[in-house]
Amino acid sequence: MDITKKDVEYIAKLARLEVSEHEKETFTEQLGDILNYVKVLEELNTEDISPTFHVFPVKNVFRSDQIKESLSPEEVLQNAPDQENGFFKVPRVIE
Amino acid sequence: MSQYEIVIGLEIHLELRTKSKIFCSCPTTFGDAPNTHVCPVCLGLPGVLPVLNKKALDYAVLTGLALNCDINTYSKFDRKNYFYPDLPKAYQISQYDFPVAQNGNLRIQSNGEPRVIGINRVHLEEDAGKLVHSEEGDYSLVDYNRTGVPLVEIVTEPDLRSTEEARGFLESLKKILLYTGVSDCKMEEGSLRCDANVSVRLKGETELGTKTELKNMNSFKAVQKGLEFEVERQISRLEKGERITQETLRWDEGSAQTVSMRSKEEAHDYRYFPEPDLVPMEIGAPMVEEIRKTLPELPLAKRERFIAQYGIPEYDAEILTSTREMADYFEECVKIFPDPKAVSNWLMGELARHMNAAGLNFYNIKIAPQHLADMLEMLQQGKISGKMAKEVFADMFASGKTAGQVVAEKGLEQISDRGVLEKIIDEVIKKHPGPAADYRARKEKALGFLVGQVMKVTRGSANPQMVNEILRDKLK
Amino acid sequence: MKLYQLKVHEAHKLISDKEISSEELLLSVLNRIEDVEGMVQGFVTVTGDYARKKAREADEKIARGEAVGPLTGIPFALKDNMCSKDILTTCSSKILKNFIPPYNAEVFDRLEEQGAVLVGKTNMDEFAMGSSTENSGYFTTRNPWDPARVPGGSSGGSAAVAAADEVLFALGSDTGGSIRQPASYCGVVGMKPTYGRVSRYGLIAFASSLDQIGPLTRDVRDCALVMNAICGHDPKDSTSTPVEVPDYSSFIGEEIKGIRMGIAEEYFSLGINHEVKDMVEEAVAGLEGLGMEKVELSLPHTSYALPAYYLVNPAEASSNLARYDGIRYGFRYEDSESLLETYKKTRSVGFGAEVKRRIMLGTYALSSGYYDAYYLRAQKVRTLIKKDFDQAFEKCDVIVAPTAPTVAFRTGEKVRDPLQMYLNDVFTIPVSMSGLPAVSIPCGFIKGLPVGLQIIGKAFDEGTILKVAGAFEESMPFKNMKPAFGSYSRGGV
Repeated sequence: MDITKKDVEYIAKLARLEVSEHEKETFTEQLGDILNYVKVLEELNTEDISPTFHVFPVKNVFRSDQIKESLSPEEVLQNAPDQENGFFKVPRVIE
Repeated sequence: MSQYEIVIGLEIHLELRTKSKIFCSCPTTFGDAPNTHVCPVCLGLPGVLPVLNKKALDYAVLTGLALNCDINTYSKFDRKNYFYPDLPKAYQISQYDFPVAQNGNLRIQSNGEPRVIGINRVHLEEDAGKLVHSEEGDYSLVDYNRTGVPLVEIVTEPDLRSTEEARGFLESLKKILLYTGVSDCKMEEGSLRCDANVSVRLKGETELGTKTELKNMNSFKAVQKGLEFEVERQISRLEKGERITQETLRWDEGSAQTVSMRSKEEAHDYRYFPEPDLVPMEIGAPMVEEIRKTLPELPLAKRERFIAQYGIPEYDAEILTSTREMADYFEECVKIFPDPKAVSNWLMGELARHMNAAGLNFYNIKIAPQHLADMLEMLQQGKISGKMAKEVFADMFASGKTAGQVVAEKGLEQISDRGVLEKIIDEVIKKHPGPAADYRARKEKALGFLVGQVMKVTRGSANPQMVNEILRDKLK
Repeated sequence: MKLYQLKVHEAHKLISDKEISSEELLLSVLNRIEDVEGMVQGFVTVTGDYARKKAREADEKIARGEAVGPLTGIPFALKDNMCSKDILTTCSSKILKNFIPPYNAEVFDRLEEQGAVLVGKTNMDEFAMGSSTENSGYFTTRNPWDPARVPGGSSGGSAAVAAADEVLFALGSDTGGSIRQPASYCGVVGMKPTYGRVSRYGLIAFASSLDQIGPLTRDVRDCALVMNAICGHDPKDSTSTPVEVPDYSSFIGEEIKGIRMGIAEEYFSLGINHEVKDMVEEAVAGLEGLGMEKVELSLPHTSYALPAYYLVNPAEASSNLARYDGIRYGFRYEDSESLLETYKKTRSVGFGAEVKRRIMLGTYALSSGYYDAYYLRAQKVRTLIKKDFDQAFEKCDVIVAPTAPTVAFRTGEKVRDPLQMYLNDVFTIPVSMSGLPAVSIPCGFIKGLPVGLQIIGKAFDEGTILKVAGAFEESMPFKNMKPAFGSYSRGGV
């Protein structure tokens, strides 16, 4: 399961990262090293082990259906790189 | 066309009718100014955390119960990762392998035949925001008000075999969902949205054909038209020996055709993994039973009961149970005025006619079941005539007054007092000795004239049956 | 003694006895920052004006005769990954270089309610990814004990400003060792509480199932006081646990006779520097001298914790960091033709190398076809690691270990080899993976550089940890040692 340059290109696309040719090579090498290192986990038999997604068995945490104040439109947009008429403005979305 | 079998599965997204959003306390109100129902949580600001609205879970369980699903004792949320400007966290909190409910079904009538359509799953997730594209198409605007409105996604098995059946299923589903009250199911406001997976295959073939996914059908009509177009497009391609490409299509209402959505063509690698910010749900029997108590009698069961309990025709029962409100209205009336067929006739006739004309529904009409029942009682007792009743009803519908009030105000009450009528009739006979003599001479026609005169004097409020009787008696 | 050198509990006494005002204390602290910050470079933002306002508010409260809490008027710093309303919060990332949160992190709210005075936001490895602050998008913080060395990370800024007396305490966050390791390198007390003890609301997420906020202080008593202020259930954080919070300061000064101390052989072998090992063993002997009972045990899956962590952590991070897309806040790369280009350019320019590396690794570990082999397997291994601790804690009350395998390393020494950098956290990561609480306290010096002792406790039993740490600290001869700043000129090295 060695990671290839093609894998790197695919993940970069999924992660919305632009990677230069040089970076592709570095990533292929570095990710390869790390993945090689984590291979040690294959030594363990984990077939009948259930995964730990949460370290403590807390469950059923709810809130009641109550409305609280929202942010003001100014606060909502205070960090917006671009805005128009109360909307966030974004570059063209190609459909 | 008949040599092909159509295979359709639907994915329905339903906005739940909670007051606040699924993971934060912003309101779910539709149609307000952009970005006014937004807080750090639903805006996905750095550092925020979701907390589940219990009501949303209750509604999802209720939906599952209404669709005869198994409720999963263990259920959890997962992140579905993808980039889109209407998705602030760049992941949607959804459910992957442990949805709230699974393995259900919905019984429908298709071409007069009973059919059972499998429900694969019912899961909870958060809605995304809304994109508005500029006219020139060079930029888009984003409104996050809808972000985080609770949704259930209902996925059917690929059990639907025609476009009409798909539409019929959707209508039955909507009816049931409205009964449960989990959503207002307004396709035009997007609170009920439907996507479809469509494929065709030669009859007898056991493998499914290549499917396309059809989106953006914003009404029942659009669902049927979109599906029809797509089915025909697929068949004509196969006929020409061409292959179907697996793709996502958009129904374009304007040009009445399906259009490929290239932006959705990228590999669907959503990298689902368990949402670490939310803890699992244990939906145990006590919780399920608590929610089951809020499950109303559903349309099919109600229809059967109406036929059995009230002895009304199947046709009546079908119409009366088309909405929970109408059925409740009917039953309340019958409780007070126990003549089911008469109540049914008035509901399906006059009431429906007036409601349609005024564009009202059972939530906002002024006439209460008690009022209608009282009016029917007066009609039965002969206090008003059938003809008067329609007039009285129209007034009651418009004003919200009781039948008694309307009748009194208009002086419409029918005169059924024998003494009063005899006095009036004596006067009429005295005034018109000619026709009276004619009747005595077996000229039946003359009676009509005399009745007419009585009606004229009483301005139509005399009980016509009694007038006839008394006249005949007197002129024997 | 200068006011800025006071510990929290000492300053509190002077403030409540009205011998000093909050403002006097603050001015001393701000002067200290002025003097040494050029060398330390621990702050991304110093909030001088805001702090003056808050200190005056505290003084007014005291003048009105209102109750003086243990943190009223005490200057502190937040790591720059905790949101502060209307105050720049950058996570030391270029992608958040202009981000002004419209809301407060829960911990900040709690500290402000107590009357604590925020003097600044501290530097860190970008998005907490790193062990040296060299991954900061802005600059590297220097170790006050030796400016040629790193302060550790990712809470390096918080550890350094606490060690350099620029604040009386700081908050950090710990995902795989990010409080404990810098505490060890900078010679301060750093505690990672039990996962779920402190609300994560407003802590900019790195790896959600591991992140936890905790204090960096100059002694154990201060650690207890800050813990009292920040711990406890928060309904805004579904993973915060509704477990009762004791008065942590009640554990300080208690005897530790008879408390069982587990010693796991794995923590004295895996790549540990022998001088560090000797020093920690000496500390263990010291604890025995204080009456603790030593129990030899094994945590057999220790060496698997690091590889498992480097799958779980990047996977969660890749998802948590997807929201930085230039649409709603933060940096946006403007000169692009399409949305897709905006996304890619914004993220490629805005994120540093380590962040991109983790996003790539995490995306890969979750991607179609690899989930079971990487992410799921790692989470299963996590179960085994946790079970090791469960079994160990049947035989002991705390586990004592080194915090890091070495003392602070030289700036630039490990930047080129990510894997070498990761190995720094070999003794802190298993604890993080199990959600357990642990503290790092100074246990000695090697050539003038501090060494940290890690005391690991049972879940939600921070009290026992503090009891042991307090007794140990009391027994150490060097407890008031300070970095020597004499040789550094004002305003820079």
